[in-house]
Amino acid sequence: MIKFIESIGYRTLYLFQEAGAVFIMVWRVFKYLSEVWRNRHLVFQQMLEIGVRSLPLVIFVGVFAGAVASVQTAYQLEGYISFNYLGAATSIAIFIELGPVLTALVAAGRVSASIAAEIGTMKVTEQIDALEALAIDPLRYLAMPRILSGFIMVPILTIFADFVGLLGAYFVAYLNLGLSPEIFFGSVKEFFTVMNVMSGLIKAFVFGGVTAIIGCHVGFNTEGGAEGVGKSTIRAFVLSSALILLNDYLLSVLLF
Amino acid sequence: MIEIVNLKKSFEEKIVLRNVNLKVYDGEKLVIIGRSGCGKSVLLKNILNLMQPDRGYILVDQVPIKKVSQRDLFYLRKQFGFLFQGSALFDSMTVAENIALPLVEHTDLSPKEIKRQVAEKLEMVGLPGIENLKPSELSGGMKKRVALARAIIMNPKYVLYDEPTTGLDPIMAANIDHLINELNDRLNVTSIIVTHDMQSVSRIADRVVMLHMGMIMFEGSVEELHTADNPIVYQFVHAKMDGPIQPKPLKY
Repeated sequence: MIKFIESIGYRTLYLFQEAGAVFIMVWRVFKYLSEVWRNRHLVFQQMLEIGVRSLPLVIFVGVFAGAVASVQTAYQLEGYISFNYLGAATSIAIFIELGPVLTALVAAGRVSASIAAEIGTMKVTEQIDALEALAIDPLRYLAMPRILSGFIMVPILTIFADFVGLLGAYFVAYLNLGLSPEIFFGSVKEFFTVMNVMSGLIKAFVFGGVTAIIGCHVGFNTEGGAEGVGKSTIRAFVLSSALILLNDYLLSVLLF
Repeated sequence: MIEIVNLKKSFEEKIVLRNVNLKVYDGEKLVIIGRSGCGKSVLLKNILNLMQPDRGYILVDQVPIKKVSQRDLFYLRKQFGFLFQGSALFDSMTVAENIALPLVEHTDLSPKEIKRQVAEKLEMVGLPGIENLKPSELSGGMKKRVALARAIIMNPKYVLYDEPTTGLDPIMAANIDHLINELNDRLNVTSIIVTHDMQSVSRIADRVVMLHMGMIMFEGSVEELHTADNPIVYQFVHAKMDGPIQPKPLKY
């Protein structure tokens, strides 16, 4: 029994320690934001890596998420509400939930894991020590461009996901129900509010930051060799996915 | 001058360094020898504050490296070059980008001047014209030499070498030793070399220190090292199987 209580205490302490370490890292990274212009080439490089290179996957996921949303919504509406409102229902689901969350989950898989693997490999092969020895702070050189790019690029990816999601939804609506673009997009327009899109983008902003922060934190704390890097990769993916879903709930409560 | 005072470092329950006291004088080539895992690399990393000691302190030109702010620490580190055991080249960059990184980050030199200095240092380590290769395209010896070029690109006052010849063939090892001597003569740097390669010791050392069980077991010249009658030093230097040092399996 005592051992059980001990283990709960140990885990609680560990949780607080980790949270504290993440906040300290984020604080130190934010202090380097004043040097963004000097480090712009590093930031652009990461924007390319996190944003542009994630685009094909985000488009793929976005199209099919939109298509599925359209099919499911049509199934729910059938017999109760006119299909003329299909565009409105589907688009709101895409803007508020599917766009940001699926984009962030894709980013968690691709970006967070790859950041953790890259920084983790650098840690175990003494490349982080080498940066320190060359009087270069790894938080400025590695973490700041990645975290900043996460905050900026995931909302941009979400805009793409929203757009292609809507196209996917319409395509399925046209194939299954023969809805004309005027009716589908007319209802999208009728029920469109900037708040719906903005709330999705606010979520995406938070998710993008969380994803990159977790990737960096896990990467910097990698220990051991290839096995350690492998574990870090999984840990970064699991942690960031869990935090995306947790933040999704918290933000939904806050925003609506 | 670097002064190490009462340095103690342990990892969980394993004590790696116990009360190490050592002075490194300007312009000398100090070689630190000892068995694998005796704390040589840990000592080097403590000098640059890449690891923090549990007790004791290190003075670099009278400045306690543990107590300075991050800005001052980075200022001090710019006076050091560090050759890592595994070279620690950045694999995402080319050879030229690796070597040029400190110049790009810490100076306002023009790209043309940086290119010139990179070429000069590559020439110095005997690898001219490999600027555009990636570290994955280099052999172990080439990586060490590129890492050395990176370590000396800022013309440091001190260069720390962590096992510079480990894993190299004897000819390449002799080559690296020659380079270390040449750098000392040409750039007038102070070198601390960690190694367990006895041939290297004879070729480069002005002074030798032997670490054993986290303590300094011997301090003296190469001649004194070879004639030392301390049984531990004798067994290590002459690579004898019988003696006070016995390879024991670690407890798991």
